[in-house]
Amino acid sequence: MTSHLPILIVVIPLVAAIMTPLVARMNVRAAQVLDTGVCLTVFLCATTALLRVLDTGPWHYELGGWAPPWGIEYVIDPLSAGMAMLVSFVATLVSIYADAQRRQLPEGRSGLFDSLFLLLVAGLLGIVVAGDMFNLYVFLEVASLAAYGLLSTGGTRAVVATFRYLLLGTIAASFYLLGVGYLYAMTGTLNMADLTTHVPTIVGTAPFGVAVTFIVLGLAIKMAVFPLHAWQPDAYAYAPAAVTGFMAAVMSKVSAYALFRILYFVLRAEGAAAQIISVMGWVAIAGAVAGSVMALAQTDVRRMLAYSSVSQMGFILFGFSLLNPDALTGALLHIVNHAVMKGCLFLAVGVIVWRTRAVTVNGFSGMSQRLPWTSAVFTLAALSMIGLPPTAGFFSKWYLLRGAVDASAWAFVATLVFSSLLSAVYFFRLIERMYFFTPSDEGVRRARLFEVPIGMLGPVVTLGAAVLLLGLLSHPIVVTVVRAALPEL
Amino acid sequence: MRKGTSRVGPDLVGHLHYWFSTTLFLIGLYGMLAGPHLVRKLMAMNVMQVGVITFFIAMSAKSGATAPIAIEHGPPLVAEAYINPLPHAMMLTAIVVSVSTTGVALALLIRIHRRYGTLEESELLDRLKE
Repeated sequence: MTSHLPILIVVIPLVAAIMTPLVARMNVRAAQVLDTGVCLTVFLCATTALLRVLDTGPWHYELGGWAPPWGIEYVIDPLSAGMAMLVSFVATLVSIYADAQRRQLPEGRSGLFDSLFLLLVAGLLGIVVAGDMFNLYVFLEVASLAAYGLLSTGGTRAVVATFRYLLLGTIAASFYLLGVGYLYAMTGTLNMADLTTHVPTIVGTAPFGVAVTFIVLGLAIKMAVFPLHAWQPDAYAYAPAAVTGFMAAVMSKVSAYALFRILYFVLRAEGAAAQIISVMGWVAIAGAVAGSVMALAQTDVRRMLAYSSVSQMGFILFGFSLLNPDALTGALLHIVNHAVMKGCLFLAVGVIVWRTRAVTVNGFSGMSQRLPWTSAVFTLAALSMIGLPPTAGFFSKWYLLRGAVDASAWAFVATLVFSSLLSAVYFFRLIERMYFFTPSDEGVRRARLFEVPIGMLGPVVTLGAAVLLLGLLSHPIVVTVVRAALPEL
Repeated sequence: MRKGTSRVGPDLVGHLHYWFSTTLFLIGLYGMLAGPHLVRKLMAMNVMQVGVITFFIAMSAKSGATAPIAIEHGPPLVAEAYINPLPHAMMLTAIVVSVSTTGVALALLIRIHRRYGTLEESELLDRLKE
């Protein structure tokens, strides 16, 4: 059984996705338990896989026994196992949290919601373990299609936003596919490891440059990197909180992973890839500043968080663009930390919206009296976004800063500090209102206002605890996992 | 295209299928960004995807070769005698993806039309502001 672990990570949620609508027909509750159980099982599988690859090195799995480069290959190394753990961890918590969302769906539809959710999880995990360029495309589309379905459950405004996202997402996927086509036409292989051996022979040619540009462009749209982020704020603002929380946490991160994998592991950051990496650095600086400025201008808290993601994506991208171990460590650590803290923030806002219907910054006034636990966790995650020790956000920013100083990238040092200051402004504005203002009239005060179901509060508090733990344990995590996940440069 | 025709013939003819797929891709991309109607955007999306599909199919074209089926008394079992089937297989998958994306998009459009009564983008934007 354990010898098939790499494929089980994808197959378990995929099979469960087909089963949940059938199970839900008989018993809705059982389908939800199945959903959570599957996510938890995958998390345990990913943890086992990580422990094994840290011990024995990368794990290559040949699908159906066909040897690569002809057959499809799944590869688990510390990087992909770590990402799989992250995805399944957040998925487990969100599947518990989604209970309130399921109840708002029409009768009999909650099984379909679970099914789409598991498809999304399967797609994201597939991207993470795929060792094949075309397989990555297929999983990218599996995840995207499931995401369109989930996003559109948030009402008609969400449907319009989803349609925009669908168009942009398809443009992104087509660019990626075209880039893969160029690489295939030149090398005749789709296997990532095999492609790497062919890179030196094609690295100087013009089609190679075109291929890299297309692939990076496609993945950058999926990552919502500035200035290709236009789909994100609307899509995140109108979707159900559980969906937004999950997508904001891991979906853009998995695209970032794909970009990292292809640029550094497959193309070895050579030739045109190196040029694009340096251009990426400047785009990242623009994104980090623009995202923060736009976040400052928002009145809807969910849109504010979405723009803050655009800014944080800039940090991750910048870490990728500096070719030194500290910056890459910072970027990878920030992928994990940002996933946990942004997931925590969106889920906490979801609790607040669900309970009080307040969505604007003004509406959050006096929230600490109404929902003390949620407010406390929100504040903790917000402090981590700003980058205050000992929360997780501080450590990834610290590595990024060290990397930038090492590379003498002073423009980025300035950007990092400036953007963090701006995020301090927009988060403290909110924290101040939550703690020091009297409750506003916005939002209906209802009976049992202080009570939040444990199924919603639990995941939020767990993510909050994870923000703290990731901060306190950041040194061991970096030494054992992140260092092992870095490419050999 | 005028620039292309002024160049020496064989080069252009040898790359004609690339011109074809790139033109399709760009027409589709333009239609998606500039189309005034959501259904037209969706159709443009399909045109763009067909551009990618023809690119892959053209890549595997080979003259004087046959379908990759090994039969008795058939062509010799060497790679040159057969067409590479992999791009076709990949494009079958891409077509499936394209069909599902179109299906999801149409479902979304039906819901938009039910609620707002229009799929013209300018009218839709006005109604969203209300």
